[in-house]
Amino acid sequence: MTPAPLLDVRGLGLEFRTRTGVVRALDDVSFSVAQGAIVGDVGESGSGKSVAAFAIMGLLDETARITSGALSLSGIDLLADKRRALLDLRGREMSMIFQSPRSALNPIRKIGRQIEDVLVRHGPVARADARARAIEALRRVRIPDPERRCDAFPFELSGGMCQRVMIAMALACGPMLLIADEPTTGLDVTTQAVVMDLIAEIVAETRMGAVLITHDLGLAGEYCDRIVVMHAGHVVETAPVAALLARPAHSYTRQLVAATPAAATSIGDLASIPGGLPDLRRGDLPFCRFEARCSLREQICAERPTPTQMVGEGHNVRCWRPA
Amino acid sequence: MTPLLEARGLVRHFPVGSGRRRGVLHAVDGVDLVIGRGESVGLVGESGCGKSTLARLLGRLIEPTAGALRFCGADIGGVSLRRFVRSPERVRIQMVFQDPTESLNPHFRVFDAVADPARRLLGLRDAREIEARVRRALERVGLTGDLVARYPHQLSGGQKARVGIARAIVVEPELLILDEPTSALDVSVQAVILRLLADLRDRLGMSYLFVSHDLEVVRLLCERVVVMYLGKVIETGPTAALFAKPRHPYTRSLLAAVPDPTRRGPPPARLRGSPASPIDPDPNRCRFENRCPLAAPICATRAPELAAVGAEHLAACHFAEPAPVQRET
Repeated sequence: MTPAPLLDVRGLGLEFRTRTGVVRALDDVSFSVAQGAIVGDVGESGSGKSVAAFAIMGLLDETARITSGALSLSGIDLLADKRRALLDLRGREMSMIFQSPRSALNPIRKIGRQIEDVLVRHGPVARADARARAIEALRRVRIPDPERRCDAFPFELSGGMCQRVMIAMALACGPMLLIADEPTTGLDVTTQAVVMDLIAEIVAETRMGAVLITHDLGLAGEYCDRIVVMHAGHVVETAPVAALLARPAHSYTRQLVAATPAAATSIGDLASIPGGLPDLRRGDLPFCRFEARCSLREQICAERPTPTQMVGEGHNVRCWRPA
Repeated sequence: MTPLLEARGLVRHFPVGSGRRRGVLHAVDGVDLVIGRGESVGLVGESGCGKSTLARLLGRLIEPTAGALRFCGADIGGVSLRRFVRSPERVRIQMVFQDPTESLNPHFRVFDAVADPARRLLGLRDAREIEARVRRALERVGLTGDLVARYPHQLSGGQKARVGIARAIVVEPELLILDEPTSALDVSVQAVILRLLADLRDRLGMSYLFVSHDLEVVRLLCERVVVMYLGKVIETGPTAALFAKPRHPYTRSLLAAVPDPTRRGPPPARLRGSPASPIDPDPNRCRFENRCPLAAPICATRAPELAAVGAEHLAACHFAEPAPVQRET
């Protein structure tokens, strides 16, 4: 028997109302994150990875509407209309690391102060003790000389340092769930490795669950336990990482694997995925949103809703003809 | 045969600070680099190591502080930037910039962005001739139809990257300097652009200097790799040899940092700390010394020079074993 997952996303549907029409950003998105596991959320820009994260965090803007599905964090319904409860949950039990640390941090507030703010708002910490706790949080992400760095402004720190401050802030209250949205985009490979090692270590140590959003399958492959592949607002495949890389069952995943430079031995091996994402404003979106780009498309793909099939232990594919 | 581009002892310093905090930032500090005809050279290193400054020096967009730069044997380093713009070599070296969004003029349609260098650098006046050239360049990068009349904000990231490339190849240069051309792109779009670049090189016979911090991309596209650290070249060699047997400890940690989807268990040793300051560095100290796992007393008193460690393979480290006796020339 498997224990109840920490985070459970079931059949999530989400729309944005825009001037040019309704964008069906997510449709029937399901995945779960267990305690102590890192789940990779992989796909091209525009596939809905970040929107799913914002929905979980309750950070959607007013034009967004959740049309179906359920979201729960260790049994707590995140969609129940209790704003106040959600505000308390966010920051304490679940927190997020954003893509560009420099723009996510307040540029005119010292970094120590910014961590204190989180502690005072969400933790049972008095302002008087907050500074010591903030220094502790910085030390935990191995920022050298945290007593002094506490008084630094974001512009005085390198990109890698800023990202560590973001991580320190996200972890300050000891959350159960961490969502990292492309935490290493824009960082050097060497810094990326240090930041990712740090996240992996803290997850292993605290048994929290984590979602790593990335478009780099190589990175997800090294650090994640499971991978969720998204395409145009659909989850097209989920599997344990080894199975996904060794036996990708969806033709989109196969092409994504083949487009990753790490897997290629020559430039000729690099696959490019033809076409682009469908316009999600279309009223007549096909059942399979990958249909137009798929070389294996058959009659049935257009005629009947795409089923999600199990092709292995914990390995699910949304396709009529999985490999 | 004379190489296409040859840099000797290239230096670029920037004065920084004022008053007592005045100093000199050594962005590029004595770099030798040769690019052969039809060769693709990869330039890698962390941000701040001077690779973009070196690319700009080689593209003659900024003046070197010292050093010589020769293109097909002709001295172009001594020509002032103002004169260089009108020299015949300007057309033969072109550049593709990092961020396709920031490097395109938002007021120029795709056609005009590509036609502009054809008018200015080739001095073309005949509208039909310009149009034919622009269409050909755009076709080569796969931009056709109504895309030609669009503004940058109406294009996707991959399409903008293509415009950046078309604009550079419209004058048919011999050397294309690409400064992280795919770092802003998705993996799938990156794959398309990399294949396009490989294809263009084969068809047009251009040489590439490919600046990147993504070693996997360099491995696929380049025959030779140059690794920079704090303004110095610390290792250079044929791609296969350098990836199989990196000789400088910095190159080794750079390669170990590349994500490996098949890696399980504990991560390899990581590079600790951050680079030393590039402002007024001690000339007698190895610049990697403060982070180096092999650091010894000699590293703090004598800076290592580039020395042969294999066939056309050089490394600047006291602890890179020397090359076997016979050496190829």
